[in-house]
Amino acid sequence: MIGLVIVSHSATAAEGICEVAAEMGGDAPIEPAGGDDGEIGTSAPAIEDAIEAADDGDGVVVLVDLGSAVMNADLAVEMSDADAEIADAPILEGAVNAAVEATSAKATLDSVVERAEEARDYRKLS
Amino acid sequence: MADADTQREAVRAAAENVADRLEDEKEYLTDLDSAIGDADHGANMSRGFRAAADAVADADDAEPSDLVKQVGTTLISEVGGASGPLYGGSIMSASQTFAEDGITAETSVDFAEAYLDKVKDRGDARIGAKTMVDALTPAVHTYKKSIEQDDLPPLEALGKAVDAAERGVEFTVPIRAEKGRASYLGWRSVGHQDPGATSTLYIMEELLATAEEYLEGDVERDATAVEQPDEDPSDVAEDGAADDDEGGE
Repeated sequence: MIGLVIVSHSATAAEGICEVAAEMGGDAPIEPAGGDDGEIGTSAPAIEDAIEAADDGDGVVVLVDLGSAVMNADLAVEMSDADAEIADAPILEGAVNAAVEATSAKATLDSVVERAEEARDYRKLS
Repeated sequence: MADADTQREAVRAAAENVADRLEDEKEYLTDLDSAIGDADHGANMSRGFRAAADAVADADDAEPSDLVKQVGTTLISEVGGASGPLYGGSIMSASQTFAEDGITAETSVDFAEAYLDKVKDRGDARIGAKTMVDALTPAVHTYKKSIEQDDLPPLEALGKAVDAAERGVEFTVPIRAEKGRASYLGWRSVGHQDPGATSTLYIMEELLATAEEYLEGDVERDATAVEQPDEDPSDVAEDGAADDDEGGE
């Protein structure tokens, strides 16, 4: 099963988004990687750990918030042995989409990234 | 540079010199960062390089490339925010260039280029975005040209590269930030010197100081006799922009 990692500058935000996504994600492993040593920030080693924890061999999709979250996630993906990819998507909407796709029997790393990235086009008011 | 022992010693000395310098400049870097960032660059860099210098201090038989890599991996875990992946991640991957032949004039050019590529790639920044890339790009280009085309000794090439980095730092003052937290300030970022470009210059100055110590005798260097590099950061912007067009917001 494809795993998910939620990277935010805030540990609370990362956990909260995992909570929302898990509601739709069934058994998909969803791991938070939030904060840096208890403070606001992100850390590549912590993200790498979360990727390893979320990976059961099929690969991991990483959702990120802003700025250094992207760079640290990028580095973590590089350092990790798991097949991991960052989705270019809004973190919460992307996570929900990705979690739903991950429950599909046909889900692949690509399909989960693709579904997460579809969330870029969502409008809140039409 | 000579044998592996000397190279190891030089890497340890460089890490130590950089750590000391960043400790000295901690408050100044933080002042720069408080104007356009989140006021932690001085503390982060100082803490990170102190840990990196300590991490390599006792390595007696590691390969020089592994020591450089160790500096990078330590920075990744000790420096927060974007500086960890930018400085640490780039040092870590560029350290590969020393794996086969150790630290030589040629491999140091490869290292510099690999480091610059990684920083630009990871940070998605180009010249003129008010980042460390503005100091690093002219410095690396100048170094490469000095070694490969002008056939200068490494110490003199490094001196020219430091001059180019210094001009790059000055170049960041009047421009508007396009990357990082400073970009949220828009025009209010104008008039402030970029902290990342500044710490990059300090690191390079300490590499030069270390090289002077270890390459002494290999070449005479008179600091005042070093010509100004003819490469202007705004010239570099042309080719930098061409391959980095997608790097915008």
